[in-house]
Amino acid sequence: MNIRLTNRGNTLVAVLNGELDHHTAEYIRQKLDAEMLKSTTKNMVLDFSKVTFMDSSGIGVIMGRYKNIQKLNGKMSLAGVNEQIKRIFEMSGLFKVMPAYDSIDEAINKM
Amino acid sequence: MNPINEVKLEFVSKSSNEAFARVVAAAFVSQIDPNIEELADVKTAVSEAVTNAIIHGYENKTGLVKMICKLYEDAVEISVIDEGKGIEDIEKARQPMFTSRPDMERSGMGFTVMENFMDRVEVVSEVGGVLP
Ligand SMILES: Nc1ncnc2c1ncn2[C@@H]1O[C@H](COP(=O)(O)OP(=O)(O)OP(=O)(O)O)[C@@H](O)[C@H]1O
Ligand SMILES: [Mg+2]
Repeated sequence: MNIRLTNRGNTLVAVLNGELDHHTAEYIRQKLDAEMLKSTTKNMVLDFSKVTFMDSSGIGVIMGRYKNIQKLNGKMSLAGVNEQIKRIFEMSGLFKVMPAYDSIDEAINKM
Repeated sequence: MNPINEVKLEFVSKSSNEAFARVVAAAFVSQIDPNIEELADVKTAVSEAVTNAIIHGYENKTGLVKMICKLYEDAVEISVIDEGKGIEDIEKARQPMFTSRPDMERSGMGFTVMENFMDRVEVVSEVGGVLP
């Protein structure tokens, strides 16, 4: 799994690419946290359109970042979530705390 | 009833083997022509079980994880087995959002995912495994 990070205003946009499981979660976590520390960013959009697999480890990564962002009074949203991954998010009640949009642009507009 | 086909796999409890195990399970299941969604369901459920064996069973120490895939006339059965610390209260462990490791950013959704993606999930455990 790899991750591409860009800043758009005070929103960090992270495009995840590959399989998000326990093995890759640690790397993603580190990358996101390091970027949040060094920039003035307080919001985050996680783009899942290139994520080919995810299990419950992904929920842990997202909720962990969400807690950090809450402390900054920031907002978090998701983009490009496929049907399989959407089912896991629904099961875990993730959409109760953050919205999901079709595209990154839409997520940023609604931020 | 005897299985029509059977595959056994044993691997060390390294996180890089999580992807390996789920790909093997998907390849095994492929012989009954599942659709893409069914394949993804199996991969996800296997990933949950194997991850649990590695992080909870063996607590990230080195142990062996076994996976047994069986094909029957009208069903596939996949077992993931560790000989780690075991589960004291299975009913509690299976509850959505229950995790013994919130410190590791676990969400307690693994068993719930397995139950939603498979027709049936059976958990058998004894406390006290091969590792201290
Ligand atoms: N193989 C195992 N050996 C020992 N304990 C286990 C094992 N599998 C699960 N458990 C226990 O059951 C609990 C619930 O497991 P489950 O997979 O539902 O959640 P989790 O692994 O804690 O979090 P998540 O899967 O969402 O990352 C675990 O926290 C752990 O205490
Ligand atoms: Mg789990």
